[in-house]
Amino acid sequence: MINKTVSNVQEACLGVKDGMTFMLGGFGLSGIPENSIAELVRLNVKNVTCISNNAGVDDFGLGLLLQKNQIKKMISSYVGENAEFERQMLSGELQVDLIPQGTLAQRCLAAQSGIPAFYTPAGYGTEVTKGKETREFHGKWHVLEKAFKADFAFVKAWKGDVAGNLIFNGSARNFNPNMCGAAKITVAEVEELLPVGVLDPNQIHIPGIFVQRIFQGDKYEKRIEQLTVRKRD
Amino acid sequence: MALSKEQIAKRIAKEIKNGYYVNLGIGIPTLVANFVRDDIDVDFQSENGILGMGPFPYEGEEDPDLINAGKQTITTLPGASFFDSAMSFSMIRGQHVDLTILGAMEVSHNGDIANWKIPGKMVKGMGGAMDLVASADNIIVAMMHTNKAGESKLLKECSLPLTGVNCVKKIITNLAVFEVQNNTFKLLERAPGITIEEIKDATEGNLTVEGEIPEMLL
Repeated sequence: MINKTVSNVQEACLGVKDGMTFMLGGFGLSGIPENSIAELVRLNVKNVTCISNNAGVDDFGLGLLLQKNQIKKMISSYVGENAEFERQMLSGELQVDLIPQGTLAQRCLAAQSGIPAFYTPAGYGTEVTKGKETREFHGKWHVLEKAFKADFAFVKAWKGDVAGNLIFNGSARNFNPNMCGAAKITVAEVEELLPVGVLDPNQIHIPGIFVQRIFQGDKYEKRIEQLTVRKRD
Repeated sequence: MALSKEQIAKRIAKEIKNGYYVNLGIGIPTLVANFVRDDIDVDFQSENGILGMGPFPYEGEEDPDLINAGKQTITTLPGASFFDSAMSFSMIRGQHVDLTILGAMEVSHNGDIANWKIPGKMVKGMGGAMDLVASADNIIVAMMHTNKAGESKLLKECSLPLTGVNCVKKIITNLAVFEVQNNTFKLLERAPGITIEEIKDATEGNLTVEGEIPEMLL
């Protein structure tokens, strides 16, 4: 067994530098690497590019990095719900690449799996794929999209073991598994870090080979963005 | 009378057949789930990684690890499954999802759709909409027939940045039901009490009216 454990978030983020490209898991505020984000804020790394489906809200998630003007460029599919983001984008302080959500996921998966590029029908004929190579397959047009290149992937899982094996919970899984092994270094934070042999190998979502560093997060706020409930009859 | 948003959703629900996997967009499409017949089996897919999505949770039973594509807390039904985003879009692009229902700002009579950006005003992003419209065989657009300024949203050509080209098959608005074919909006049904004249006046793109046009059954 190869031990991937680091003692804390500081050690997990060793080597993080200005100008790097980060992948961050999560959909909205669900399944985001809260502890790693807090450490990136504390380290005050600047001019970073963030690949993440969303950009958090003003005072949580990636919104915390935006507040301190740490992000140079965001690559996302949906960025509503964040006033500071909108301000920085409209003023030109922040570069934003909006790309289709399935393309975002597949570009992560391609990076994880050693596929340099792939064709997808998403976005064909729209402004977001302007200038990209196109090709017709089976009578339908497709766009050539490339695998991401990133320095760090920060992901969040529910349970993990010291070998780096990960299990996700509910829809907090989202982009997290696709980003594992898709960057030079993958940092996984988990709610519960277990010794090897506890997790059932049948139930592992991501094998430890895709993870370089794993730690148990100090605390999880797990904020709900849109609390929606129904009345009991 | 023009339909309310709930009535549009109710009419769209009639398009859902037994055994369908359905992806519902944000807005009017979300309401469709409330009107699906009890006697058919339908699974709702949420692009953030759920198949077999259920209703909103009871107060106190919400789970931050269980949300829909609109980031609302949600529940699952027996038989549900979770998966990652790449697999979710394999379901979508791979045409395993039978029906996609989404909202739009504009639709053109060749089936183009615009629903993600108003330059200079609103730039939130496309989310999964571009993948959905580029891949699905069966796309229904749910929208109000005109915008807040009273201008037609059924156009010869979209003025806003496109989400997808030649993809919309059917449109259900507060005034009527249309099929998109051969560069025309073919009128299929009218909302109860709405005249063909009213529909003509509210439709900028090419409109085809053939024979007697029945009123919608709601």
